[in-house]
Amino acid sequence: MTEPVLDIRNLKVDFTTRRGVAHVLDDVSFSVAPGELLAIVGESGCGKSMTALSVLGLIPSPPGKVVGGSILFQGRDLTKLRQSEMRKIRGGDIAMIFQEPMTSLNPVFTCGEQIAEAVRLHQKVSPRAALARAVDMLRAVGIPEPELRARAYPHQLSGGMRQRVMIAMALSCEPKLLIADEPTTALDVTVQAQIFGLLDELRQKTGTAIVLITHDMGAVAEMADKVAVMYAGRVIERGPADAVLDDPGHPYTRGLLASIPRVDADPDADLPEIPGIVPALTDLGRGCAFAPRCPLAVDACHAAQPRHVALSGDHSAACIQLEPREVPA
Amino acid sequence: MTAPARTTVPAARGPMAEAWDIFRRSPSAMLGLALLILVMAMTFAGPHIYQVDPFEIVWAPLTPPGEEATIPLGTDNLGRDILAGLIAGGRATLAVGFAAAAITMLIGVLIGAYAGFYGGLVDDMLMRVTEFFQVLPPLLFAMVVVTLFQPTLVNVALAIGIVSWPQTARLTRSEFRRIRTLEYVSAMRAIGAGDGNIIWRVILPNALPPLIVSATLTIGMAILFEAGLSFLGLSDPNVMSWGLMIGSGREYLLDAWWVVTLPGAMIFLTVLGVSLVGDGLNDAFNPRMRER
Amino acid sequence: MFRPILRQLLYAAALILAVLVLNFLLIQLAPGDPAEVIAGEMGGASAEVMAAIRQQYGLDKPLPTQLALYLGRALQGDLGMSYFYNRPVVDLILSRLGPTLLLVATALGFALVVGTRLGMLASRNPRGIASALVTVLSLIGYSAPVFWTGLMLVILFGATIPLFPIAGMIDVVKQGGPLVRALDIAHHLVLPALTLGLVYLAQYSRLTRASMLEVLGADYIRTARAKGVSERQVFGRHAFRNALLPVVTVAGMQFGAIISGAVLVETVFSWPGLGTLAFQSILARDYPTVLGILFFSTLIVIIANLLTDFVSRLLDPRLAGGR
Repeated sequence: MTEPVLDIRNLKVDFTTRRGVAHVLDDVSFSVAPGELLAIVGESGCGKSMTALSVLGLIPSPPGKVVGGSILFQGRDLTKLRQSEMRKIRGGDIAMIFQEPMTSLNPVFTCGEQIAEAVRLHQKVSPRAALARAVDMLRAVGIPEPELRARAYPHQLSGGMRQRVMIAMALSCEPKLLIADEPTTALDVTVQAQIFGLLDELRQKTGTAIVLITHDMGAVAEMADKVAVMYAGRVIERGPADAVLDDPGHPYTRGLLASIPRVDADPDADLPEIPGIVPALTDLGRGCAFAPRCPLAVDACHAAQPRHVALSGDHSAACIQLEPREVPA
Repeated sequence: MTAPARTTVPAARGPMAEAWDIFRRSPSAMLGLALLILVMAMTFAGPHIYQVDPFEIVWAPLTPPGEEATIPLGTDNLGRDILAGLIAGGRATLAVGFAAAAITMLIGVLIGAYAGFYGGLVDDMLMRVTEFFQVLPPLLFAMVVVTLFQPTLVNVALAIGIVSWPQTARLTRSEFRRIRTLEYVSAMRAIGAGDGNIIWRVILPNALPPLIVSATLTIGMAILFEAGLSFLGLSDPNVMSWGLMIGSGREYLLDAWWVVTLPGAMIFLTVLGVSLVGDGLNDAFNPRMRER
Repeated sequence: MFRPILRQLLYAAALILAVLVLNFLLIQLAPGDPAEVIAGEMGGASAEVMAAIRQQYGLDKPLPTQLALYLGRALQGDLGMSYFYNRPVVDLILSRLGPTLLLVATALGFALVVGTRLGMLASRNPRGIASALVTVLSLIGYSAPVFWTGLMLVILFGATIPLFPIAGMIDVVKQGGPLVRALDIAHHLVLPALTLGLVYLAQYSRLTRASMLEVLGADYIRTARAKGVSERQVFGRHAFRNALLPVVTVAGMQFGAIISGAVLVETVFSWPGLGTLAFQSILARDYPTVLGILFFSTLIVIIANLLTDFVSRLLDPRLAGGR
């Protein structure tokens, strides 16, 4: 069994707000092997982005704080590193791309300059060499006339192009892990498909592991090796993509999958939805966070947080209603 | 049983009341308010309590403060009571300051409202005029105006008003342009409200918060402006004002610091009070910036 | 990139023309008959001489003609004669233009360089010393009359610590070559430039701090951090370049105010620039000179606006227009 590139164990992150302490991440665990694509899914506010930010140590520190657990990257615990050491990892070994390509690039520097900066931060090369590498990367992500585009400013490019530039920048130092936080949410549908295709292709070419945060289940079905489902700061289900999507264990996952509009559904029927709203992270009780909305909830669900129950192999979900299932021999 | 959710919603209050709440809690804003109240109290109540004619020669010239018990703040180069001057000077300064600000707001809001509301050609023309007035250096232009006509308080206020309105006009225009596109304006049109109605009774009340902040800052600027003009001797020489005191005491600066320092301090405290109140109002109307 | 510049130049020319027309109208409003004033300078004149003066200056022609003549002369660089100094107004102004430009440029440069750095430092630690300094300075800068701060500095350096000269631009007595002269001017420049600059230093530092705080919340800053950029570079390079843009815009819009401030500062420090000339001319009722100064200073403002626009385009690629 190869050592995972990223192994998050029992990560707890708290945010101190005016209304109290919010447990933004509560006992989050998952791992990614080299070359694997792990998808993290869940509603807004469930902690997906927070998880990504904590890997890179980018949680704003006065209100936010890692209060427990560990983030192991190639064996090193990132939560214990000094800022200067983290900076070497950021952009170099672990890269991240964000949701809003329109505003994620600095408007006063050219695209080439920004990519070259990333290169020079992690490799000792001359400015000319760095720019040349930038042009190469732009070519690799499928941008036509890369030399011209390298001299262009972000506002001169479309959203899809800007996201490609971000990907080029992220991959320019050949990171072992790429975290993509909803990279296509702000883009048109056709462009979305292109970006996903690009990510998958690059992953296969370079062997970079990818953590893909998304709510596009179609992409998850096509590309993901593993899935982690999050709710209210907790991972409530995890496992191989096929297993989770075909046979979801947790009622929330089932509700999530059911609420996706289907081509073959009855056009007159109401879209299924999960009633209620996500609770405020400062108001979580002692029990299961989903219990207030869960159709299967019983008294015991409010008493204590459910632990993960193994369903098969690596597939597990945190619900007390589940019976552990044996892997068929 | 499902866990109970918190559903109490605090009773809504009008935007002005809410703004006052926030204002009340800011120490700097309340300090500013206190300063203003003190200055105004001194200006209005002062002459009744301390009944000395500021122009009357009461003692030896250039007496330092504290040397003579009946003259707490000393005398100027002509032997006039400085404290009396400070009390009297407030009147002219505040009167001109407020009047000039009023004129500025009047012209600025009128022009800005029409430019912002109608857009197109009207906007273009009004903006050209605005840019023209913006290009003229304010003090110089006011100096010219005051010199060509009589140096009375009214003319000074008018002159200040004429040079200061462009900024207000721009602010009003951008507010009107923003609000004009909002849905409740379309709703008013849909029920047949006329232009005038919409401008003055629908848009303007909603544009008030930034305009109020701008008005306080305009008052501060106008006070400084008046002080500059009277310092240069271009205001009414028969009316005591703080700027005038500084201007006439200038030559004796190195021997009698109090003649210049004290009136200047009064100007400073007044404008400081106005600025703090303006800042406080700005924060009160825009709470989103309060994340520290 | 050239079409907008051309349009702006044309627009500026139109503004200049408008100011000249305004000047002309103001001259008409001036009390007193120019012919009488000139005659007075000559020591009295008979009716025929007055008529001759009127004819020479075109004062007997209808207003529109006078306006055309005035504009024609102005565009050739003739703004009339000073009643008081008996020299062409343009000469008079040009001789005093240098010191004023020196003062304004130094004050502005000081305010921009120090103010923006201070504002940036303040934004790194919103509760720290730099930030408190920015807040205090900006309150003083906004609220204290510029001529009063100048006078306070005069007291400080005139009586208490005589480090800097408090009047004039040069020490007439000093001998020496151009370097000595330059240093002497610089020595005299310190207090006036400091006084004028302080007002704007206060504003720019506060504006930079606010602008930095806003920029620091932008997505591209998060990207920079995710790339591994050091905090120092994040602040000093990525954020600062973007935060500067509104400061430059504001600085450009304030040229009229800066010149007004220069008038007051020059008066306080007896700095031999346009401000003192304006003041003296007003006292002497020398209207051609006063209006000439108004025109020239407006011209400076218009040019400054053009320059600011140009600099803005350089700093912000989004303004340069599509390629």
